[in-house]
Amino acid sequence: MATAIKTGGRSRALPFAWKAAKLLASVALTFLGLLFVTFLIGRVVPVDPVLSVVGDRASQSVYDRVYIELGLDKPLIQQFWIYLQKVFTGDFGDSFLTKRPIMDDILRVFPATLELATFGVILGTILGVPLGVLAAVKQGRLADQVVRVVGLIGYSAPIFWLGLLGLLIFYAKLGWVAGPGRIDISFEYDITPATGLLLLDSAMQGKWAAFRNIFSHIILPASLLGYFSMAYISRMTRSFMLNELAQEYVIAARVKGVPEWRIIWVHALRNAAVPLVTVIALSYAGLLEGSVLTETVFAWPGLGQYLTNSLQNADMNAVLGGTLVIGVVFVGLNLLSDLLYTLLDPRVRRRG
Amino acid sequence: MTATLSRREWLLSEQPASRRQARLGQTYRTWLALRANPLAMIGLAIVVVLIVVALLANVIAPYDPIVGGDLRTERLLPPSLTHLMGTDEQARDIFSRIVHGSRITLMVVALVAVIATPIGLLVGTTAGYFGGWVDTVLMRVTDIFLAFPRLILALAFVAALGPGIENAIIAIAITSWPPYARLARAETLTIRDTDYINAIRLQGARPVRIIWGHVVPLCLSSVIIRVTLDMAGIILTAAGLGFLGLGAQPPQPEWGAMIAGGRRFIIDQWWVVTMPGLAIFVVSLGFNFLGDGLRDVLDPKARK
Repeated sequence: MATAIKTGGRSRALPFAWKAAKLLASVALTFLGLLFVTFLIGRVVPVDPVLSVVGDRASQSVYDRVYIELGLDKPLIQQFWIYLQKVFTGDFGDSFLTKRPIMDDILRVFPATLELATFGVILGTILGVPLGVLAAVKQGRLADQVVRVVGLIGYSAPIFWLGLLGLLIFYAKLGWVAGPGRIDISFEYDITPATGLLLLDSAMQGKWAAFRNIFSHIILPASLLGYFSMAYISRMTRSFMLNELAQEYVIAARVKGVPEWRIIWVHALRNAAVPLVTVIALSYAGLLEGSVLTETVFAWPGLGQYLTNSLQNADMNAVLGGTLVIGVVFVGLNLLSDLLYTLLDPRVRRRG
Repeated sequence: MTATLSRREWLLSEQPASRRQARLGQTYRTWLALRANPLAMIGLAIVVVLIVVALLANVIAPYDPIVGGDLRTERLLPPSLTHLMGTDEQARDIFSRIVHGSRITLMVVALVAVIATPIGLLVGTTAGYFGGWVDTVLMRVTDIFLAFPRLILALAFVAALGPGIENAIIAIAITSWPPYARLARAETLTIRDTDYINAIRLQGARPVRIIWGHVVPLCLSSVIIRVTLDMAGIILTAAGLGFLGLGAQPPQPEWGAMIAGGRRFIIDQWWVVTMPGLAIFVVSLGFNFLGDGLRDVLDPKARK
C-alpha cells in the first residue's frame, strides 16, 4: 500500500518520465520472457543440436567436444545465460541451410517484408478510415451493413486462398499485374541497393521502368494485406466515431450551426484520431503475421518466406531467430502505440 | 389463470416462480434478440450445417475421401454432376474430401476450446483473486504470450513438436489462452470484493473452493462469448498451418492442406484450390456472423 502512495506522489511530480520508465521496465521483462520462450522451444526440439553440427558420421570424441562447446553439459539456467549473451551481441548462430549468420540473413530479408507491410497498412488506412466514418454516420442503415459485411469477409477469408485466387485472376487470366516475386530478373541488377526498399530505391535512382515493374509486383500482395487491415481499421474507426458523435461538443457544434461535414471530418475525427493511431500501429503489427502466409503464396523474399523455408528444412536456429525478431518488432510497435497515445492525448498524459 | 398461460408467456413472465423459469426465460429472450438479427441467423445456420455434415459425413459423401478413382481417367476432372466439385490429382472426389474435412475442422475448434478455456480461466481467476505478486507474475507470463503474433508462435511450437494435427491443436491452444486469461482476470476483479464472496470467505471456504465454485461460474459466460468469437480465427490458423504443411498431414482431407496440394494446378484446374478455400471461408464467416450477433445481444456495452 505504501508503495502505491509513493508512486502516486511521483506520478504527479514527473508523470511522463515515470510512466515511460515503468513502461520500459515492463517491456524489458517482456523481452526477457520472449527470449526464455524461444530458448525453451529450442531445447525441446527432438533434433539433436550436436548432430546438426557434426553430422551423423562423426566419432564419439568429436561429438563430445561439440557437446561441450555448445554448452549442453551445463545446467539449463547457465545455458540460458549464454544464450542471452549471444543474442545481445546479435549472434543467433549460423543457419543450417544458408551457412551464414542468421542475423545477416534476417537483415537481408527484412526490408522486403517492411516494404510490403508498409504499403499494405497505407492502403488499409486510406480505405478503412473513410469507410469506418461512413458506417458510423449512416449507423444501422444500408451503408453501415455493407461496411460491416465487407469487414467480416476480411476477418473470415483465408489470406493464402485469396492470394492464390488473386494470382489466378489478375496475373494468369487478366494479365493486369506481374506474378510472384519482388522484381523481374531483367531489372534485378539495375538498381543499386540503398535502403533495401525497392520502390524507394528505384524512384530515387530515377529508374522508372524498374519502378513500374516493382509496383506491378507489389500491388497485389499489398492490396491483399491492405484489405485485411482495412477490415480491422474500419471497424475500429466506426466504434470510435460513434463514441465521439454522441459527445456534447458535437451537439454544441450543431447548435452553433457548424456544417455537418465539418463536425464529422474535423471535430469528431480529430478526437477519434488518437485511439486510431494505436489501432493502425496494431494492424501494422498484425500484417507481420499475415505476411508469413502471403509471402509464401507470392514467393516474396521476406522474413515470412525465410521463416517457412527454415521450418520446412528443420533449421531450428533460423526459425527461433526469425520468431524472436518478429516478437521484438511486435512488442516495439505496441510500445510505440502506447507512447504515441500518451503524447497525442493531453488527457491521458495528465491522468498519468 | 396460471393454467392457461402459453409457453411463451411463461417464459417471458416478469415474476418467475423458480430459478429454472428465470434462467429459461433469460435464454428465450436472448434467442428472440438473436433471431431478429439476420446475419446471426445465417451464421447459426452455417454452424448447424457444419455439425450435421460432420456427423453424417459417411452418409453424405458419395466417394471415399482417401482412396481415389481410376488414375488414368478420373484425375483433375472439372465439376460435374458425378463429381460436384471435381476431382484432384489423385482422382479423389473433392466434395467427399471437403465433407470429411468438416470433421477435422470441427475437432480442431472443439479441442482448442476445451484445452484453452480452462487454462485461461484458471490463470485469470487465480491472478485476479489473489492479486499482489501472484497477479503480477501470472499477468507478465500472459503478456509474454500475447507479445508473439499467434500464427508465428504456433509455427515455432509446431516446429519444435513436429508437424501433425495433434501438435497443431496443442500449439493453437497454447497461443489461444492469454486473451481469455485477461478477460477472466478483469471479471474476477469486479467479483472479488462483493458481499457474497466475502460471506463465503467468512464461512471458512478455501481459495480453491471459492475460485472454482463461485468465481469461475460467474466468469464463464463472458469467456464463452469470447471463445465463440475466436473460433473463426482458430479455423484460419489451423488452415494456415495445414497450408504450410505443418498441420494435418496428407492424405487427411484437411482444407488448408488441400489448398496447398492444389497449388500446382491452379491455372488450369482452378477448382482444386477454390473449393476447399470456399469451405474454410463459409465456415469461418458463419462463426463470425454468429459471434458478432451473440456479442451484440449479450454484451450491451459493445452494441453501438
